[in-house]
This record gives sequence, C-alpha cells and structure tokens, in this order.
Amino acid sequence: MSTAHKNPNAVDPSSGPGTTGHEWDGIQELNTPLPRWWLWTFYATILWAIGYWVVYPAWPLVSNYTNGLTGWHARSAVVEQIAELQKLRAVSSAKLASVPLEEIEKTPELLSLARAEGRVAFADNCAPCHGAGGAGAKGYPNLNDDDWIWGGTLEQISATITHGARSGDDAGHQGNMMPFGPMLTKAEISDTADYVLSLSGSVPKDTPAVKKGAEIFATNCSACHGEDGKGNQELGARNLTSGIWLYGGDKATIVQTITNGRGGVMPAWSGRLPDTTIKALTVYVHTLGGGQ
Amino acid sequence: MSIVQTSTKRMTGGELGLILVFAALAFLSVCIAAKAYTPEYAFHAYLFAAASIATVFVIGNRYMDRPAQLPPQTIDGKPNYNMAPVKVATLLAMFWGIAGFLIGVIIALQMAYPALNFDLPWISFGRLRPLHTSAVIFAFGGNVLIGTSFYVVQRTSQARLAGYLSPWFVVLGYNFFILIAGTGYLLGITQGKEYAEPEWYADLWLTVVWVMYLLVFLVTVLKRKEPHIYVANWFYLAFILTIAVLHLGNNATIPVSIFSPKSYIVWSGVQDAMVQWWYGHNAVGFFLTAGFLALMYYFIPKRAERPVYSYRLSIVHFWAIIFLYIWAGPHHLHYTALPDWAQTLGMTFSIILWMPSWGGMINGLMTLSGAWDKLRTDPVIRMMVVAVAFYGMATFEGPMMSVKSVNSLSHYTEWGIGHVHSGALGWVAYISFGAIYCLIPWLWEKREMYSKKAIEWHFWISTLGIVLYISAMWVAGIMQGLMWRAYTALGFLEYSFIESVEAVHPLYVIRALGGGLFLAGALIMAWNIFMTITRAETVSQTSAAALAPAE
Repeated sequence: MSTAHKNPNAVDPSSGPGTTGHEWDGIQELNTPLPRWWLWTFYATILWAIGYWVVYPAWPLVSNYTNGLTGWHARSAVVEQIAELQKLRAVSSAKLASVPLEEIEKTPELLSLARAEGRVAFADNCAPCHGAGGAGAKGYPNLNDDDWIWGGTLEQISATITHGARSGDDAGHQGNMMPFGPMLTKAEISDTADYVLSLSGSVPKDTPAVKKGAEIFATNCSACHGEDGKGNQELGARNLTSGIWLYGGDKATIVQTITNGRGGVMPAWSGRLPDTTIKALTVYVHTLGGGQ
Repeated sequence: MSIVQTSTKRMTGGELGLILVFAALAFLSVCIAAKAYTPEYAFHAYLFAAASIATVFVIGNRYMDRPAQLPPQTIDGKPNYNMAPVKVATLLAMFWGIAGFLIGVIIALQMAYPALNFDLPWISFGRLRPLHTSAVIFAFGGNVLIGTSFYVVQRTSQARLAGYLSPWFVVLGYNFFILIAGTGYLLGITQGKEYAEPEWYADLWLTVVWVMYLLVFLVTVLKRKEPHIYVANWFYLAFILTIAVLHLGNNATIPVSIFSPKSYIVWSGVQDAMVQWWYGHNAVGFFLTAGFLALMYYFIPKRAERPVYSYRLSIVHFWAIIFLYIWAGPHHLHYTALPDWAQTLGMTFSIILWMPSWGGMINGLMTLSGAWDKLRTDPVIRMMVVAVAFYGMATFEGPMMSVKSVNSLSHYTEWGIGHVHSGALGWVAYISFGAIYCLIPWLWEKREMYSKKAIEWHFWISTLGIVLYISAMWVAGIMQGLMWRAYTALGFLEYSFIESVEAVHPLYVIRALGGGLFLAGALIMAWNIFMTITRAETVSQTSAAALAPAE
C-alpha cells in the first residue's frame, strides 16, 4: 500500500541522489539532475537548426517566407541538376542526333553508345510489356525474332516506337483485326480457325473443315492477310504461316481472335522520350536479334 | 416488526441510454443496408446492425444479472479495481498481434514471390499491406495501449476505473472498429490515406469510442487518491488527446451519400499531403512513441523494483516531445511540391527532437542501475531493455533520415521499411511483450508465467528475427537508393528499375525469414499465456499480499 509521501530526502543506496518523495503503486522517482551531455547536445541541435533557418528557406511570413542567405530552392536546384546532366549527355546525344541510324550501327563506338542508352531505356519503358529481354508475352510481340508485325528495318522500328500502333497518334499504325463474330457463324469461324492452323502445319491440310475454312478465308481474310496467309506489314496483318503467335496458337484462342478481333495498343513515345533516346532504342531493338 | 432495507434495483442512465442508442443504431443500420450502393457496404451495415442488437441484449442481460448496487469504488478502504476490461484488451492484443504478424509474413513472401498473390483481389498485396500495418499498429498496439492504460491509471491513481459500462464500450467498441477497418481493406473499401484507410463511417464510430476513452481515462485520473499524476499517465493522456485531434484533422471527409462508403477529403493537393503526413508522423509520435513510453515508465520500474532514474528528465523530455513532434511531419515530403520552408521546418524540428526522444531511453535504461543483474536472470526485463535500446536506435535513425541529403538516398527505398520495423518490432512490440508478460500473472493472480524457458526462447528467436529483418532492409534500401541514382560516365542511367528489383530479391527472402521467426516467437508467447491462465499456480490467499504488485 502506498505511503503517499516518503521522506523527500531519502537517498537511494545504489544510485546516489535522493528521491522526489512521490510514490505511485510502489514506484518512486529519483531527483537526478539532467545529464549534462544530454542537455548540451539538445542545445547544440537547437543552435544548428537556427543556423539552418538562416541559410535556407524556413519560416512562413504573411505573403512570403524567409528565403535564407543562400537563395537555395529545391525547384531551381533540380533544374540545375538536369541541365548538368544534359551537358554531360550533350556530346553523345549530339553524335546520335546527327548520324543516321544505319551509320550508328556501322560505327562500333556509336553502336555501343546507343546500346548503352537503349538498354536501360528499354528496361524502364518497354520491358513492362515486352519483357526484360524483349521476349514478349501474350499480346506483346517478341522482339528477338524476325517475325515483325509492322516491319523490322531500322526505319520501320523507329516509326513504330515514335508513333505507336492504334495509339491515337495519327501518324501511327492504324490497322485492326476486326471482329468476325457478327458476320460468320460459329461453325464457319471454327472451320476458318482450322484453316489458319493448317497454314503453319499445326493441323493436317486435307480435312473437310480446312477446305471449307479455306473458302471463307479467301473471301474474308485474304484481303489483309494475303492469299497465302503471309500477312501484310503495311496493315499490321500477321503472318499466319510462321507458327509464331501473338495471342496464342491453340484453336480456342484463334476462334476468340476471329470472333472478337484484336486491337492491342503500342503507345507513341514521341514527346515522352527524347528523339535521341528513341534512336538509341531503335538500334537496341534492331540489334536484339531479328533486325532486318 | 423488523424493518428490512431493500434498495430497489434501477437501470442507470447509462444502461437505459445505451440500450436506446444501440436500438436506434440497429434500426438505422438495417435501413442503410437495405439501400446501400455496394454489397460490401451493406455487409458493413449489417455488421453494425448485428453488433448493435447484440449490445442491447448484453446490456439487458447484464442488468438482469447484476445486484441492485453497482460495484463499490472501494472495498475495506482498498480501491476496488476493475480489471476485466484490461484482461479482455490484453488477450485481444495478443490475438490481433499474431494476426498482424502473420499477414506481415504473407506480404513479405508476396514481395519475394509475387505468384503468392494468386490473382485473388482480396488477398493481393495492395489490400493486405494496409491490413498488416493497421493490424499491428491499431489492433495489436491499440489494444495494448487501451489495456495497459486502464491498468496503469487505476494502480497509480488508486482509483477504480471510471464508469460502469463505459470501459467495456471503449474496449469492445474499439475492437469493433478494428473489425470494420480490417474487413473493409479485404473488400477494397479504403480512402487511400496511409494509416487512415478506413472510410467515413468507421471514422465516425472511432471518434465516439475515442471520446469515451478520453473521458474514462480523464475521470479516473481526476478521482485519484495520489497527490500527483504519475508520469506514465501524462504520456497516456498526451497520446489519447493528440490522436483525437489527428484523427479529426486527417479524416475531414464528405461522404458521397449515407448509402455509400465513398467519401472525399476536404483538403486538396499538397495541403492534403501535408495534413496526411502531419497525421502520419504524429501517429508514430503519439501512438507508437508517447503511448508506449507510458508502458516503459510503469512496467520497467515496476518489474525492476527500482525508482525512475530522473524525475526532471521525465518532465523536460515529455514537454519537449509534445512540443516538437507535431512539427516533424513535413520530413515525409522532402523534394515534393511541398514548399521549401515547410520541408526545412520538418527537417530541423526532427533534428531537435533527437535528444528529447533519447530522454525516454535514458530514463528507461538508467532506471536499471542497481539492478543490472536482472538482465541476466529475468528475460522479461531483458526484453524491455532491448526495446528501449531499439527505441534509442530508431529515434536516432529517424532524425538522421529526415536530413534532406540522407533522405534523397533513403526515401522510397526499403530503408524506410527497415526503419519502421526496428521501431515496430524492436521497440513497440518488445515493450508490449514485456508489459504483457508482467500483466498476465498479475491479472489472473498467478505466481508467475507458466514457463520462463519459453520466454527465453521467445526472446532469442524473435531477436534473431528482428536482426535479420532490419539488416536485410538496410542493405536492400541503400542498394536501391544507390542503384536508382547511379549514372554512367556518358550520363545515362546505370541500372533499370527492374535490375534493382532483381538485386533485392534475396534480401526480400531474408526479410520474410526474419518475419517468420518473429511470428514464431509470438506463437510461443501465446502458448505460454494460455498455459499460464489455465495451468499456472495461483497465488494463494495468504501470500497474495506479498506477491501481488505493491500498491
């Protein structure tokens, strides 16, 4: 039980100073003075803060704030830093900007420069869809092979990166795989899918379904995909004979593609990335393995 | 003719009032559920209705069963402490703690192996992460604070807890808030504010509960038999008051409709960001620092049976913390649209806060002078001392990370995660574990915890877990910070973001392992608590006076 006030001068045997004489639930308090090192460090941090306030923007006033002696501001500091970076890049950027794409690839020094910039730019901007190594994913083309939707020359790759596909950019690629669900019966779509699969040798060519599908294909599909099904890069119509599929090569997926159509978007990077970065990316993608 | 004195049994105003209020709330909730815009919101409205109806019945039953007189304030001159709400809060703290640690381990594994999201929205990382933070801070930490504050304020004021139903309303009402908040996260109801995700209706409910908490605590302090208010109670009161202010400021939202869970905050743009981090930082300052310093100020001197090291230091560092912490929020918004002057103030006040924070550490550690041998013999003291050491480390690291040039490296990296976990696991959880290990035998009148060996195991396993966790996050954070800012000689980024993700993967695995060890320690503790309550030797009537904590 509490004895509310013990002797206020009672000295604690192991720590020296007396207690305050208060006690709560058996807990007493010593009358130890503030540790000196603690107090002086506390003062030092206050002094340091006052110094900082003098040097940097600190206290709000009625319509402004104290600017500080250095005139440092985060906004102007970042502008300066970016200017410095651009100065550092200027030499290499100038080279990449003035030299045509073919020339860059032929000059080892410029090629390694472009690939150095392109590698990180690709990983930060393109890899989320095309994969870290450019191997693609369902709906996102593999950039390592030579099966190009919109063409694999330097100029074609550059155009695709700059303006995108179905991106809303008028200069971008516009072609769509339209939905045939409203026009063809389910049986017709199934036959057409069989024919499409036969083009790459995935199913035998001489079944009745394939023959029926061939007729439907000739009427509805060959305008874009070509009579031989080899596609048309002007329209972004896929080559159906390569055995490489963007959305999947099983029959169910092909039926889905024919029924509902496809319209995947490649964004336009013009305006989002500097022109020299797009050039570097073009060279990087072109040299991934499938460049033409 | 003998005169028999019968006191007629009457319902108190509180009983009658609460029955009416909860009946009305049940009716309102059913109406809202019927017209709710979303099924998730309807579910919450039905939860409110069910809880309200249950409350009406419980209060009614309680009234039927109780004697005519309410429990007396004192029995034979001794205060008649009300410890049942403390027991419930303590057990709930342990339950929510394990739930929160478990979710932490799950999301740590999801970070290392994203396939573990299983493409299920309600267990995706984005929903489980706020569930984890709220579960450990508010459900575990909150119940520890409510439970211990109700214990400490009674013992150090020599007064029975104020109110008859109100302490129960606080404990159960708070845990109902936790239920609404937690199920809300899983169902995708959130206002998207860090540590303040629950929507407007949950916030309103918490406001009512919190005001009642303040009243119960304050009135108990006012009833005290001691001439002075004990330091722990200053810290509890500062915590309760400030959290109320923060909660109101950061949840000033306007609901779309009473039938919709969605609301819009009245602050806009950078002002909203500033209010959010004024709230967020002071949730750390007043919930996780001031609140748990109150635990430290009671349980360490009590367990060590030593006087508090310095009364003066406790006064000076208390008021310094109260005054300074409230300024530090802007350091969460360095190099953003927040004006430079606000960033400067946030940073400089964080630096000044270093020594006031350490005042608590000094008082905690030095209270053991004369009893250092207990570090060797008593694992509970050891746990609390390690807690204070982690507190000192985290309150040095915090001001350091608030310095803008350090922050430009550390911000947005795993270093921040490492920092909060050295505070959360090392400080908050350890001081809570220490307090609970003290409380369980005291509350259930047991001689001591069932197994001291299990406490030792808990201590060493979880300490290993903390060390693995925070060192992995330090390395990962500094590596990320350095990789993100690295440029080649030509002025191009050296690494892409995904390369930094690959680089930290092994450290994510180590972090998950550390979290798993910490969880294992807590499970040992839960077993030990269960065994203590059910099996441990009860303090006998005669020796009770000697063994019960001195009054």
